[in-house]
Amino acid sequence: MSEEHSGHIVSYKFNILIWVDLLIFTFITIEIAQFDLQELTVAVALIVASIKTFLVGSYFMHLKFEDRFLQTIVVGVGVIFILVLIFLFSDYLYF
Amino acid sequence: MTAIPQPREYVNFYDAKKGLMSWLVTHDHKRIALMYFYAISGFFIVAFCLGLLMRLELIAPGRQLMDPQIYNQVFTLHGVIMIFLFIIPGIPAVFGNFSLPPLIGAPDVAFPKLNLISWYLYVIGGLLALSTLMFGDGPADTGWTFYAPYSVKTGTNVSIAVLAAFILGFSSILTGLNFLVTMHRMRAPGMTWFKMPLFPWALYATSWIQVLATPVVGITLLMIIAERTLGIGLFDPALGGDPVLYQHLFWIYSHPAVYIMVLPGMGLVSEMIPVFVKKSIFGYKVIVYSSLAIAFIGYFVWGHHMYTSGMSGEARIIFSVLTFLVSIPSAIKVFNWVSTLYKGSIDVKPPLLYSLAFIFQFTIGGLTGLVVGALAADIHVHDTYFVVGHFHYVMFGGTGFAFLGAIHFWYPKIWGTMYNIKWANIGFAILFVGFNLVYFPMLVLGMMGMPRRYYDYLPEFTLPNQISTWGSWIMALGLLIVIVNLINGRKGPRASTNPWKSVTLDWTHTDSPPSLYNFDEIPTVTRGPYDYRDYENYIKDKP
Amino acid sequence: MSSDDALHDQMIHFDSYGKKLGMWLFLFTEVLLFGGLFIVYAAYRFMNPEAFHAGSQELDLTIGAINTVFLLTSSLTVALSITALQKGDTKKSIDLIMITILFALAFMFNKYYEWTMKYEHGLFPGMDHYNELSAGEAQFFNLYFLMTGLHAVHVIVGAIILLFVAWGIKKGTITQDRYIYLENGGLYWHLVDVIWIYLFPLFYLII
Repeated sequence: MSEEHSGHIVSYKFNILIWVDLLIFTFITIEIAQFDLQELTVAVALIVASIKTFLVGSYFMHLKFEDRFLQTIVVGVGVIFILVLIFLFSDYLYF
Repeated sequence: MTAIPQPREYVNFYDAKKGLMSWLVTHDHKRIALMYFYAISGFFIVAFCLGLLMRLELIAPGRQLMDPQIYNQVFTLHGVIMIFLFIIPGIPAVFGNFSLPPLIGAPDVAFPKLNLISWYLYVIGGLLALSTLMFGDGPADTGWTFYAPYSVKTGTNVSIAVLAAFILGFSSILTGLNFLVTMHRMRAPGMTWFKMPLFPWALYATSWIQVLATPVVGITLLMIIAERTLGIGLFDPALGGDPVLYQHLFWIYSHPAVYIMVLPGMGLVSEMIPVFVKKSIFGYKVIVYSSLAIAFIGYFVWGHHMYTSGMSGEARIIFSVLTFLVSIPSAIKVFNWVSTLYKGSIDVKPPLLYSLAFIFQFTIGGLTGLVVGALAADIHVHDTYFVVGHFHYVMFGGTGFAFLGAIHFWYPKIWGTMYNIKWANIGFAILFVGFNLVYFPMLVLGMMGMPRRYYDYLPEFTLPNQISTWGSWIMALGLLIVIVNLINGRKGPRASTNPWKSVTLDWTHTDSPPSLYNFDEIPTVTRGPYDYRDYENYIKDKP
Repeated sequence: MSSDDALHDQMIHFDSYGKKLGMWLFLFTEVLLFGGLFIVYAAYRFMNPEAFHAGSQELDLTIGAINTVFLLTSSLTVALSITALQKGDTKKSIDLIMITILFALAFMFNKYYEWTMKYEHGLFPGMDHYNELSAGEAQFFNLYFLMTGLHAVHVIVGAIILLFVAWGIKKGTITQDRYIYLENGGLYWHLVDVIWIYLFPLFYLII
C-alpha cells in the first residue's frame, strides 16, 4: 500500500520569500560581474548560481522535505558530474 | 487494502489477449520482452553476417570481394548494429523485461506504457540505422566511434546513423529509468534489498549507468549533426575547437556503456550458476557491492581509450590507475563464481555450459583488458587487432554467451516447452570452439602489429587471419545448430513450471508460460534468494 | 468496470512516490544532456578566455537579466499553483499555471527578439559575419546558439506539459488528493529554470 503524498504544504508566503531571495542573488551576481576578478570570475558566478539552484531545488522542488534517498541521489549526480569535469581537466590543464 | 483475490482459471499471457494489434499496443512486460527478442535477434543476424563478410575479406592479403571504402562501411555498420542494437539493449530489454518483475515478485514494471514506448524507439532507431544502406553514399564509413573531424566531413550517411544512435539512446534511458523505479517500489513484501536476486541487482547498477551516461553521448551526437548541417566548426581547431574533446565526450558515455553491456551478463551468470549447483552463490553481498563499484568507478576511466590521442601525460597516468582500480571488482566476481561451483551438486545443462564459457572467456577478455589498460603496454597495442580480440572476448564471449545461456535457461518458462538438450550441447561446443578460433588469433595478430580497421595486411599476418576466418565458419555452424534447435524446441515436450528446480520466485510462483500479471497473488518472501537448503520443499515444480 | 480492469486494479496500484522518483531520474538525464554542452563550454572557455570575453560583450545583458527574472518568477508561480491545489483551490491553481505559461511565452518572445537581432547583424550560423568570427569567438557563439537553443526547446516542451497539467486539473483527473502530475510538471519546469540560472552568468556576465 503506497502513501499518496507526504502532505507537506509550502505556504504562499514562504514561496514568495524564496523568490525574493532569488531576485536578490540575481542582482548580486550582475553587480559582482562589473568587477574584474580575473581567475575568480567563473568561480564566483558559479557559486552564486549554485546558491540559487540550492534554493530552487530545496524549496520550489521540495527536496528539503523529501526522503534521504532522493536527496542523496540528487547530490550524487552533481558529484559525478563535477568529478567528470575534474578528470577532463586533468587533460586540459596539463597540455 | 488489497481485495481478496478470486481464484482464477490459468490463462497464459499469450492467450490473455489475441491478435496482432493486442501485441502492438500491449503493456505486458512479457510481450514487450518477446517483441524485443525477435527484433534484437533479427538485427544480430544481420550484424553477424556483416562480420562473416569481414572475415571473408580478410582470409588473404589483397582484395577478395570488396573495395576498401565498402569494407569501412561494413565494419562501421557491424559495430553500430552490434553495439547499439544488440549488446547494449540485449539482456536488459529481453531478459530484464521478461524476468525482472517475476524475480522480485512484481506483476509488471513501474511504467508499462513507457516500456512500450522504449520498444518503439528501439525499432525506429534500428530501422533508421539500416536505412543508411539504402541511399546516398551509403552507410557511415567512420567506424562506430564517429570520430571528428572525419565524421563531420565524410559524405556518407553519418547524420542519419548518428540520429538513429540518439533515438536508441533514448530507448535505453527509458528502460533504465523504468527498472530503477520498479526495483525501488515494487519488490514483494519481505524482499528487502539484500534478499533481491543478483540479476536484478546487476540490472540496478546497469540502469544507473543507462540513465546517467547515455545523455552525454546523446548531446555529443547532436553536436555532430549540428556541425554537419549548420557548418559550425565545434571540433575544428582552426576555429578554436578541439577534436580530442569529441573523443572525451564520446568515451565519457562509451566507457560506462561497456559496463551496461557486461554487468547484465554477469548478473545472468550469478543467477544461473546457483540453480545448476544447487548451492547459494558465494559472497552474495560482495557481488552486490562489486556491481555498484564497477558502475561508479566506470564513470572515471574513459581516458584509457585515448592514450595515443595527444592527451596530457598527467591525464593518461590518472586514467590508467583508475582503470586498474575498476578491474578489481570484476575479478572478485570471477573468484566468487568459481567458489560457488566448489562442493556444489553440479548438473551440466546448457545454461551452466554457457556460464562456464562466460567465466573462461570473460577472464581472457579481462586479462587482456589489463594489457590495454596499462598505459605503457597500450601504446604498442592501441588500434591493433589486440584490442579487437580483447573486446570480442568480453562482449561476445562474455555478454553474448550469457545472452545465449539465458535463452536456454528461461526457454521453458517463456515458451512452455523444452528444447533438445543434446543438440543444445553440441551447438554450444561447436560455437565455443569456433569462437575461440576466431578471436584468439586476433590477440596474436595485435601483438605482431597488425592494425585494426584495415582492409588489407602484410603477408606475415596471413596464417592467424586464415585460422580466424575458418573459425568464423565453425562459429556460424555452431550458432546455426543452436538456433535451429531452439526453434524446433517450440514443438518439443511440454515443460513443467520449474524443470531446473530453482528456488527463485520467477520459477517457484509462476506458470510456464506465466499468466498476465505473473502471480495469482503477490507472494511474501521469507528466505534468501539462493537458499537451497531443503530446496525440494520449495521448488513447487508442477507439470 | 470490466474484469480486465478489475484484475489490473487488484494487481497494480497507483504509486505517486514512484512517479516522482521517475521524474527525478528523468531530470537527471536532462542535467547530463546539458552537462555535455557545459563540458564543452568549460574546455573552450579555458582555452579561449579573451575570445569568450569578447563574445559576451555582443550579448544584451538587459534582455538576459529580464529573462532570468521571468523564469525565476515563473518558478514561483508554478510552486504557488501546487500550494493552491493542496489547499483545494483548483481555480487559483489553474490561473497560476496559466501565468507560468505566460512567463514562458514572454521568455520565448525575448529570445526570438535576441536571435533576430543577431540574425540581422549576420551573427547567425551560416551567415557571413558568423563565418568570419575568430577562433574562440566562433566557439562562444556556437555554444550560445546550441545551449540557449536547446534550452528554448525545453521551455516550449515545459509550457506544453504545464498546459496538459492545467487541463488535467480542469477535468478533475488531477486533484487535491492526487496531484503528482502537477508536482512532476512543476519539477520539469524548475529544471528549465535551473539550467538558465547557469546559462545566464556564463554567457551574459563575462564582462
